[in-house]
Amino acid sequence: MLGFKLERGSAPFWLRGLIPILAIVLTFLLVSIIIIFAGANPLDAVYQLLINPLTKTTARWDIVVMATPLLLTGVAVAFAFASGYYNIGAEGQLYAGAIAGAWLGPQLQGQPPVVAIVIMLIGGFIAGALWALPPALLKVQLGVDEVVTTLLLNSVMLFIVSALLNGPWRDPVTGWPQSQTIADSAQFPILVPRSRIHLGIIVAVMAVIALWWIFQRTRFGLELRAAGMGKDAARFMGVRVNRVMLTAALISGGVAGLAGVSEIAGIHHHLVEAISPGYGYTGIIIATLGGLTAPGVGLAGLFIALIERGSLSANRELNVPVYLGDVIQAVLLITTLALLLLNRYRFRRVR
Amino acid sequence: MTVVEMRGVTKRFGSLVANDHIDLDIAPQEIHALLGENGAGKSTLMKILYGFYQPDEGEILVEGKSVTLKSPVDAIRAGIGLVSQHFSLVPSFSVAENIVLGFENAQILNRDKLNQTVADTARRYGFSIEPNAIVRDLSVGQQQRVEILKALYRQCRVLILDEPTAVLTPRDATALFDTLRQLQQQNLSVIIITHKLEEVMAISQRVTVLRLGKVAGREVTAQTNPQALARLMVGRNVLEVTRNTEHKAGESVALAVNNLSVSDKRGVPALRNVSFDVHAGEVVGIAGIAGNGQSELVAVLGGLIKPNSGEVGVSGKPVELGDPRSFNQMKVARIPEDRLKGVVGDLSVAENLALEQIGDFTRAGHLNHKQIRQMAQLLIADFQIKAEPNDRVRTLSGGNIQKVILARTLSRQPAVVIAAQPTRGLDIGATEYVHQKLLEQKTRGAGVLLVSEDLDETRLLSDRILVIYAGSIVGEFSADQIDIDQISLLMAGSKIAAD
Repeated sequence: MLGFKLERGSAPFWLRGLIPILAIVLTFLLVSIIIIFAGANPLDAVYQLLINPLTKTTARWDIVVMATPLLLTGVAVAFAFASGYYNIGAEGQLYAGAIAGAWLGPQLQGQPPVVAIVIMLIGGFIAGALWALPPALLKVQLGVDEVVTTLLLNSVMLFIVSALLNGPWRDPVTGWPQSQTIADSAQFPILVPRSRIHLGIIVAVMAVIALWWIFQRTRFGLELRAAGMGKDAARFMGVRVNRVMLTAALISGGVAGLAGVSEIAGIHHHLVEAISPGYGYTGIIIATLGGLTAPGVGLAGLFIALIERGSLSANRELNVPVYLGDVIQAVLLITTLALLLLNRYRFRRVR
Repeated sequence: MTVVEMRGVTKRFGSLVANDHIDLDIAPQEIHALLGENGAGKSTLMKILYGFYQPDEGEILVEGKSVTLKSPVDAIRAGIGLVSQHFSLVPSFSVAENIVLGFENAQILNRDKLNQTVADTARRYGFSIEPNAIVRDLSVGQQQRVEILKALYRQCRVLILDEPTAVLTPRDATALFDTLRQLQQQNLSVIIITHKLEEVMAISQRVTVLRLGKVAGREVTAQTNPQALARLMVGRNVLEVTRNTEHKAGESVALAVNNLSVSDKRGVPALRNVSFDVHAGEVVGIAGIAGNGQSELVAVLGGLIKPNSGEVGVSGKPVELGDPRSFNQMKVARIPEDRLKGVVGDLSVAENLALEQIGDFTRAGHLNHKQIRQMAQLLIADFQIKAEPNDRVRTLSGGNIQKVILARTLSRQPAVVIAAQPTRGLDIGATEYVHQKLLEQKTRGAGVLLVSEDLDETRLLSDRILVIYAGSIVGEFSADQIDIDQISLLMAGSKIAAD
């Protein structure tokens, strides 16, 4: 009998690069079923989702605007995951940064924009890192599972935001649950006239480059990746795994905080409850799909932004629900994770 | 007539042959010992008999009829029961609940009737056990009884016990043996897996000895003795070993181990007041059967765990225990027991070679990639590693991974070399290479500690052999007065050799 046998062992190298592509193909096959139920032609839907947004200038701009927070949360999650610290709390850390931005922003009236913007960024980074600190400390000191703590702190943070907006920060004039508008000088400048593309995209691209730089060029990056890939071996070779993990967790929180500042200073100019439709969670998808590498995160961030924008087009043109974008992202995460298992197996012919 | 018979059973895991054409037969009312070192293939064989694994070749007969055991369910139906070392009990359930769990098909449990049947089964086999007791509150010995009762309740006729005394106090062990003899009276057959000679002599009628996946011998217990069994189990090299005897060990102490004591998670002592010295230019071998404290000793000397008490000195200076970096700084070359825990498989060869001394390749926090690559190329050539600097270590063969570790540690002129199972799983060529490198270090003047389960290897390389048993050093032999029978007996914990 001739057949194939799946056995443990590391997959051939070429398969690694193929996994995201396989995941994307598989995702669209699976999602086609839902599209058919929604009464549309899957091929039309794929066109609307992936091609149509790229043909129009305004849609291309939208993709850049949408990619800004996604790249930042993707980098944030990749940082933590690569060190073996599974930070699911980027969403909460993003809001921590947003709170810092909304608190600092109105006080920066009269400052030169350079000073104001730098203060906004630093404040957001620190706030995100602070919100990431308790679960990281619990993890390295007591071994408390960070997946649970960081995830649960997201809800805590949403309630804090809600409490602020319905309490002390409620707009006294309109009564809306939104904070005071931030100072003009603290607002991110628009980079492309008549678009919403703002300084945040530069910050995001710099974050992706910094991720690459740190991972590839620095001792800290090598120790971080070693800790994430083989905790015991890294410790054996003298890496202070807990210290590295703690640092990675704080940087992760800080970068997620930058995403919050970027949304406040670049888009909304005040804090509202709905500044993030789950960018922190999408960051997990982007980091995973991007294989926890800087180029991967960059491409995955743009790709997810394309799908987000495409789901608007598909909604308009084909009348499929706009939530299709969310469904695709969720299925994409599942297929990527499932296919990543292939990394650990190889096929062998048996007779 | 046999109750169970295994004929020509072969099981391979990749390139490893765990069981190589093994024949085993169990007579009615027999207590049969399956003796062998760790890794000899005892547990694999029993997992095949219990349906966990399917054999690649061979057949299993139960009462003369060939059977296919696809899962433990099939094995239980065929009358085979297994009590593994790690109990599969639900701690918060009662004894009776644990016993019927997974066996009763009724949707609604009648608690009184349940307790009654369990109590009846217990009484029939002479167990005194309270069906209502919560398993969490029972002692380890009692929990083991619950496991045995579970198998009996499922009407097993052959009971397999995997190293049943490993978790027991000596008193509980005696009680267990009494129980087993009672079961024997009740028409049961028992297979007891062990590596302790005394147990074989005390309880079994017949014994099958496994070594390196093959049957090394079959004996009637009454017609054999511990010496013969020890020899079968540990094996001996037919060839006389030629070793370098001209080299003399230096006077200075390279590694001083003082009163090390380590307890495992359950508080059971794994190392008891272990003290010894390794001189410069000397190879000291630790001989012992796996699980007698070697792993803990190596973990302490690798900086991975902090002992409960004791000190370690290198070249006269104390080492910070529990900190791998301190061992690095003191020039202790550590070859880990599990070589995959000594390298990060997803990092490149060059990165793995550099990581232990990463400070040497760092300027202002940045890596000097050129320097790392040059060092890697040099070591790859020096140590004949079949790889490129950028290859992921995961893709290398075991021998080449070991060479990466040797290159990383031995290229630094270490004062002490801790070599744990340095040739485990390697082919002959790679094994010889490792041996040669260790002897080179000794000639250079390093103190080498060799911890190996392969007694032939220990004999081949060591100037002095220490025997470890149950966490204590129980014997010391210098190279010119090695008595292999004596060592084998000490390794198996026999007090017969203690005279």
